[in-house]
Amino acid sequence: MATKTKGRFVNGLVDMKAGKISREIFVNEEIYAEEQEQVFTRAWLFIGHESQVPKPGDYFVSGMGEESVILCRDREGALHVFLNSCRHRGMKVCRYDEGNTPVFTCPYHGWSYATDGKLVGVPFFKDAYHEKLDKSKWGLVEVAQMEVYKGSIWATWDPAAPPFTEYLGDFKMFFDLSLEAWNGTDEPLEVIGGVQKWLIPCNWKFPAENFSGDSYHNISHRSVDMVGIGPSGTGRRDTQERADSRRLQVSFPDRGHQTGIYVLPGGSPTAASYQQSPEVADYFREAEEKRRAIKGEWGRVTGSPGEIFPNTALHPRQPRSIAVWHPRGAHQTEVWRWYLVDAGAPYAVKDFLRQYYIRYSGPGGLTEQDDMENWNYAHSASRGTIARRHPYSYEQGMGSEQTNFELDGLKIPGTVMDLTEAKSSEQNLRNFYKRWAEFMDAPSWDELADWR
Amino acid sequence: MAVSKSRIDHLLLKYEIEQFLYQEAELLDERQFEEWLDLLAEDIRYWMPMRRNVKFGELDREFTREGQDISWFDEGKDTLVRRVNQILTGVHWAEEPLSRICHSVSNVQILKATPSMSQPTEVTVKCRFLIYRNRVQTETDFLVGKREEVLRSVNGQWKIAQRKIILDQNVLLAKNLTFFF
Repeated sequence: MATKTKGRFVNGLVDMKAGKISREIFVNEEIYAEEQEQVFTRAWLFIGHESQVPKPGDYFVSGMGEESVILCRDREGALHVFLNSCRHRGMKVCRYDEGNTPVFTCPYHGWSYATDGKLVGVPFFKDAYHEKLDKSKWGLVEVAQMEVYKGSIWATWDPAAPPFTEYLGDFKMFFDLSLEAWNGTDEPLEVIGGVQKWLIPCNWKFPAENFSGDSYHNISHRSVDMVGIGPSGTGRRDTQERADSRRLQVSFPDRGHQTGIYVLPGGSPTAASYQQSPEVADYFREAEEKRRAIKGEWGRVTGSPGEIFPNTALHPRQPRSIAVWHPRGAHQTEVWRWYLVDAGAPYAVKDFLRQYYIRYSGPGGLTEQDDMENWNYAHSASRGTIARRHPYSYEQGMGSEQTNFELDGLKIPGTVMDLTEAKSSEQNLRNFYKRWAEFMDAPSWDELADWR
Repeated sequence: MAVSKSRIDHLLLKYEIEQFLYQEAELLDERQFEEWLDLLAEDIRYWMPMRRNVKFGELDREFTREGQDISWFDEGKDTLVRRVNQILTGVHWAEEPLSRICHSVSNVQILKATPSMSQPTEVTVKCRFLIYRNRVQTETDFLVGKREEVLRSVNGQWKIAQRKIILDQNVLLAKNLTFFF
């Protein structure tokens, strides 16, 4: 396929043969504008979680790339995602963050829309329009496709995009680590009230690559490791279950999704965790025993940060959250972070996790604060004319990736890097940018879905 | 006209509380973080909710709930001590080099004093804050809002027992919150 070998981006600005990427793709405003078209109108984007809109009329205002969109449940209970812009003159029809409503009324000229998107109210319809406006053609703009996957809600503007589960491919089993209850069942999760939203002065791809699997940035978090905020009282996460495990990076070249995972040796129990609170430790021990029993050998796998292409970040295990990196111009990103917990967990567990989530993640989080400083100044120091002439190095571990990886009888799909041996690798980062370059070059989903 | 004793008690208490809040701001701005920690009660609740845009008549949903929802901060002394210790590692890159920070506190109101204005052991205070942060070269944040707090007298020394921080922002405009309110 032409797009896979050479294009302006594929093995051009994103030169994966040499392991080099031009700084232009981060700081160039024309490339940013192209990216909005090539990536954000065609990929599947995370919208929210079913627990945010349980009842008819419930809505949550979300975002897709630069666009504001409304996630809402109509009177019949069906979910929709609409562009949050009046068809008449563009005004936002909803400037609230969330709530419940029978109708969205534009405050500019008063067109109003039902929760299924239909235009139901037009002032002076009889006198000014002589009833000739075809209301059926002027409903809210709806996404081309919307899917709910294990409670998570996804949408795309492209009718030609493959169905979401096909878009995920074999990454599905890794995404499930973020969406299943702690005990491995489909018992519901819920979003804890309040989605954190904040601005970072950097291109959205800095955090996207970081969550794709930057296994090299321990120095960033040295201070939090020194003071210790982990749920067992040390480090930043519980470390024993990780110390017992083989640490892997897994990526899917044809999809652009990637994650870190930990795999316990065959027959090993999961180490105790959350020892700071006996009640929470008991909850997780019981959940983990059940998960291991249900999942069999696959239960040896636990999650670590990952990224669903292009801009949805996963933090499946500790602390559990999903983040979206919304582009806000080449030089700014608006982060939205949702925190997830078992809906049926006792208050003590929810409270403990909530406090841990806040002290780890987000702008107040002792861990995430240092990431944002690095992304901020990496970006600003890459904007100069001279700086742009010098590509970044993504050479770490090139050629060391494996396929058909197996550990004590457990087969791991995708392209695998063994970080227990290699200590660190940029394979997942290369995978992310390879896919990004394909999106930038490919004229349509015919080229992008070449697994078909 | 004779000034009533209760008005004088109120005035004296307000002056005392203002001086305490100014001294607290001084410690923070002069980066005397460990001395600042000494002003916090051992059971302090330090809470900064997030704010939603909600419809008129639904303002009870504007703030995320303490002890229930996600907030910018919802913590006790243990985490605040860790935040200070993190800054003092010298490798907390978000505060290394240290930011230049200026806290302005104003509009101080004594909402309640128990058992009395003349001999208070616990005081509920509301005020405004304006925090200016400048770091590295040109990076600048202004954070403006209200604080509601409970101060408690412990062995003749005021301690902060509760601090609720109401930031007048929806999307946080600062990239991080590495400083104290």
